[in-house]
Amino acid sequence: MTADILRFALGYAQIALILALALACWRMLRGPRAQDRVLGLDTMYINAMLLFLVIGMGNGNVFFFEGALVIAVLGFVTTVCAAKFLMRGEVIE
Amino acid sequence: MTHLEQLPPWAAIIVALFVAIGATLTLLGGVGLVRLKSFYQRLHAPTLGYSYGTLLIILASMLLFSLSEKRPVVHELMIGIFIMITTPITLLMLGRAALRRDRDRKLGHDEVVPPRNRAEPPTEAETEDPQP
Repeated sequence: MTADILRFALGYAQIALILALALACWRMLRGPRAQDRVLGLDTMYINAMLLFLVIGMGNGNVFFFEGALVIAVLGFVTTVCAAKFLMRGEVIE
Repeated sequence: MTHLEQLPPWAAIIVALFVAIGATLTLLGGVGLVRLKSFYQRLHAPTLGYSYGTLLIILASMLLFSLSEKRPVVHELMIGIFIMITTPITLLMLGRAALRRDRDRKLGHDEVVPPRNRAEPPTEAETEDPQP
């Protein structure tokens, strides 16, 4: 019974995170200026990381955690590089 | 799915509650990212997912794996600390870039790379010279 509650909550969480991913993707495609697109991309990275964590909880698999960690690091580096590019016009000075 | 049946009922309910609330807050951040009007308002919306969503889902994951593997599992704290450190840095840099781009747009050159002077400090040098 409680496992059914947990399974339902995990399924709901996956659907909600995929919807959030779709909304962030809409903002990334429609963003009026470049900083909106970068913000949408960063939100997509964080949502994908949370989705990986939730999928790993549903499977009982610890290896999804490492994928989530890699996605978090790549999202940080991507957003910092894009913000520096928007500010300066070049990444490495 | 045998590891889900091994949990005691209180832990299953707490994990389900945390995961559902965290995913709902992340979804609300996504809705705010779509519906708010200006960029500086939209910059605040997805931080709901960055802070509360990450915190609640990480707590639920730690509780679930600690109880199902019968040992304390704390490696999810690494993601939490990393997100807690890096989110202010990224959003601060993005906000500064947006401020600079908006200021340059008011000066009349949108989407043009601003010139970079090595002699003066760059932020002061950009504001001083009048653009045609």
